[in-house]
Amino acid sequence: MTVNRRQFLKLSAGATLASAFGGLGISLAPSVARAELQKLQWAKQTTSVCCYCAVGCGLIVHTAKNGEGRAVNVEGDPDHPINEGSLCPKGASIFQLGENNARSPKPLYRAPGSGEWKEVEWDWALTEIAKRVKKTRDESFQLANAAGEKVNRTEAIASFGSAAMDNEECWAYQVILRSLGLVFIEHQARI
Amino acid sequence: MTNHWNDLANSDCVLIMGSNAAENHPISFKWVLRAQDKGATLIHVDPRFTRTSAKCDIYAPIRSGADIPFLGGLIKYILENKLYFEEYVREYTNASLIVGEKFSFKDGLFSGYDADKRKYDKSQWAFELDENGVPRRDPSLKHPRCVFNLMKKHYERYTVDKVADITGTPKDLILKVYKAYAATGKPDKAGTIMYAMGWTQHSVGVQNIRAMAMVQLLLGNIGVAGGGVNALRGESNVQGSTDQGLLAHIWPGYNPTPTTKQATLDLYNTITPQSKDPMSVNWWQNRPKYVASYLKALYPDLAPADAYDIMPKLDASKPATYYFWLNIFDKMDKGDVKGCFAWGMNPACGGANANKNRRALGKLDWLVNVNIFENETSSFWKGPGMKPEEIGTEVFFLPCAVSIEKEGSVANSGRWMQWRYRGPKPWGQTKPDGDIMLEMMHKIRDLYTKEGGVHADPILKLNVKDWEEHNEFSPAKTAKLMNGYFLKDVEVGGKQFKAGQQVPSFAFLTADGSTCSGNWLHAGSFTDAGNMMARRDTSQTPEQARIGLFPNWSFSWPVNRRIIYNRASVDKTGKPWNPAKAVIEWKDGKWVGDVVDGGGDPGTKHPFIMQTHGFGALYGPGREEGPLPEHYEPLECPVSKNPFSKQLHNPVAFKIEGEKAAVCDPKFPFIGTTYRVTEHWQTGLMTRRCAWLVEAEPEIFAEVSKELAKLRGIKNGDRVKVSSLRGSLEAVAIVTERIKPYKVMGAEIHMVGLPWHYGWMVPRNGGDTANLLTPSAGDPNTGIPETKAFMVDIRKVGGK
Ligand code: SF4
Ligand code: SF4
Repeated sequence: MTVNRRQFLKLSAGATLASAFGGLGISLAPSVARAELQKLQWAKQTTSVCCYCAVGCGLIVHTAKNGEGRAVNVEGDPDHPINEGSLCPKGASIFQLGENNARSPKPLYRAPGSGEWKEVEWDWALTEIAKRVKKTRDESFQLANAAGEKVNRTEAIASFGSAAMDNEECWAYQVILRSLGLVFIEHQARI
Repeated sequence: MTNHWNDLANSDCVLIMGSNAAENHPISFKWVLRAQDKGATLIHVDPRFTRTSAKCDIYAPIRSGADIPFLGGLIKYILENKLYFEEYVREYTNASLIVGEKFSFKDGLFSGYDADKRKYDKSQWAFELDENGVPRRDPSLKHPRCVFNLMKKHYERYTVDKVADITGTPKDLILKVYKAYAATGKPDKAGTIMYAMGWTQHSVGVQNIRAMAMVQLLLGNIGVAGGGVNALRGESNVQGSTDQGLLAHIWPGYNPTPTTKQATLDLYNTITPQSKDPMSVNWWQNRPKYVASYLKALYPDLAPADAYDIMPKLDASKPATYYFWLNIFDKMDKGDVKGCFAWGMNPACGGANANKNRRALGKLDWLVNVNIFENETSSFWKGPGMKPEEIGTEVFFLPCAVSIEKEGSVANSGRWMQWRYRGPKPWGQTKPDGDIMLEMMHKIRDLYTKEGGVHADPILKLNVKDWEEHNEFSPAKTAKLMNGYFLKDVEVGGKQFKAGQQVPSFAFLTADGSTCSGNWLHAGSFTDAGNMMARRDTSQTPEQARIGLFPNWSFSWPVNRRIIYNRASVDKTGKPWNPAKAVIEWKDGKWVGDVVDGGGDPGTKHPFIMQTHGFGALYGPGREEGPLPEHYEPLECPVSKNPFSKQLHNPVAFKIEGEKAAVCDPKFPFIGTTYRVTEHWQTGLMTRRCAWLVEAEPEIFAEVSKELAKLRGIKNGDRVKVSSLRGSLEAVAIVTERIKPYKVMGAEIHMVGLPWHYGWMVPRNGGDTANLLTPSAGDPNTGIPETKAFMVDIRKVGGK
């Protein structure tokens, strides 16, 4: 039986699958290359959506099943109704965005007046941030404005971001900010 | 977008103006070209000839900042040649509504202007109401004060000659565009507009878009397949982040942020839009249900009114722009802001007037930057001209996971909320943003529990448990909360529901606190039937397949409706204007096709359900600078006179006191504009470290015409310095035919174009952001800066 690539993806939906390094997602020849089949054993396949512009192109991400579990390939999803497998140069290079040595593996801290970063632990960084938030908030909090109207807010903390987060994160983030009394809540949509 | 990407293929005429879709939204062009293959005319109106222009049937150059004259002239052309869709205009738009006697327009100013406050009294623009509170109408469109005639009068001044004179567009091309686009006024033809920041980033940004929305209404192009008003949104989830209310003026789902005028929830609910017209659906009348359900999602143990009470409020006495980006950075620069989160953002490059923003960051006590890579914001203290030893800001850089390393949904420009899954696990010790914020919030709560603090209730009573599972942020649980569920056993709309059941749609939300829903627009996206956003089913009925509706793929807000205002695509009997591309149709006593807007039998409802009176707004009395778009020059401009009135600039534009503007300033004689290239994205934070992309676009360039190059003695490839009142930068000159001088009111006007993706950090010698040059002034409605038209100079480096 010859299986074309698209049927093949469907047959193995949710299962493991890998393909040639084909960022731009140009559809392959009707029959699946033998090399491709071999790669399947070593990678899991997940679907995603491009993180750049709002066309929302579908992706297939292949992640190595052994070792570090890193992405080994990202390509256009041929079943996706918008991009039908294609990607523009940005979408096609998402692999390089993730598997990138310029990413700091740990939080960094820069002390006042310092000329350099110091690598720090998550727990320390978040504990210190929480202290700063509380101090600034408590010192600046206005229960009422100059006219005596109830306002429950701080104008001493501002937040910028982010359209780069998922909906669920954006939603939780604005809840956190509003519960802290922030009113300076802005992001990419304002520029 | 009122419509969606696939729908572009249904268009008979695609106008691309204020965007460069082929380069900046490349895959959208798959659908634009499919329309062209089927015979559609493609038009690009842009200051610069781009790859978009190359594919279009008509390209018309335009001076940046002159869009309203171009569109005003189109409105005049449509009206005078009677090319509008008469029945649609009469029945579905506010053309027939009578405007009150207080409205007037004289020499560039509408009635109600207070010159001292630079503000309008908008009540003077209101519609006339009858004794029942319903707007008076004249369907014959004869009344001198009906919108149709006011509009006609307003745009009488926009003659083709005047338009050509101020836009710099050759007259024959203007007429060619008008003719091609106005042809979509036929009932069975559809024209669409694709715009982006080329329209929003102006001091008249909102009115640019309103002018086009008016064109679309006149031609009957809204609600139909291949039509609509389509903003090409730039970030993968900027639609979603806006939907979630990550903005000062809105809560999730576009509910206004409370102000001091609304001290209680009852008072807040009194501003709910009201209509006395039984045919008006006035969807916003449901707002109290959405707001109560939002408050219950945050504080399930409090009554909605008590939850409302503890929430922050804005000062009603201040303009909304006080709370917006440009003003916040100004306050930061003055030392008023102490702490700042730059979460998934790089404002040191992304914000207009970047030098000022970088200086302002140095006045903070602390800055938290969450990002994939170290960037110009996190590391502003070691940027050009900075002395780290003098900068007291503490900075925390928190590295986050990239999208393929986590799970969750993103809303594309067409409102499709698509679910993505985790592939690789997060790099090193990086974490998804959701985990970072959850852990941070737990630490803050612990501190308040231990130490107490000011107004601690909203922090301690917050419903955090619905976002987490096994001490981790749970996108699925959060999505369920955003959809909403019943908090008690209750009957709504004749149906019984049990506590804990997911809300099937926002029609079942209540104002009494028995439902929660984090964002009413998400209701229906994660029901008891499962995660609708994760659907990957491409099956369609034959009607749906004809227009590529894909209703079973992901979930589209609202209620999985794919084309907004689709009720305007049929006549009052439910018959589609264009049966070959029907969006909805009344067949055998029911609606088929898309999810119909408003419900009920055909002819029983006005189709523009989000408008209080139910009519498409040709006349828009809610905007800051007037109900009808009028041409004003950019705040920095090369002309000293506005041919349409004595008002050179938008009289109510957002400005910061003390910041100067270059108007006909011989030191800055050329228009500067900013744009993007295909291989980079926004500030470049997510592309400037990808080797393939950097290889393609390694450094900032300045694009100029051959004529300007000659004038300044610049050759292709020379290093040049571009400067404005606010800063300067070096770039490589590209001397090109893609830009030509514009003939504006007898003078030759030049433009310098710059991509804004770069930053001093990487790539080496890549240059810095074009936002060093842009002004922190702009639109009075949105507060968006005017980064598409400002004034610069350009000189060869080492030259004179
Ligand atoms: S078009 Fe591109 S992908 Fe195809 S052979 Fe040429 S370089 Fe390779
Ligand atoms: S692949 Fe390109 S066109 Fe598609 S979403 Fe990503 S950036 Fe946009």
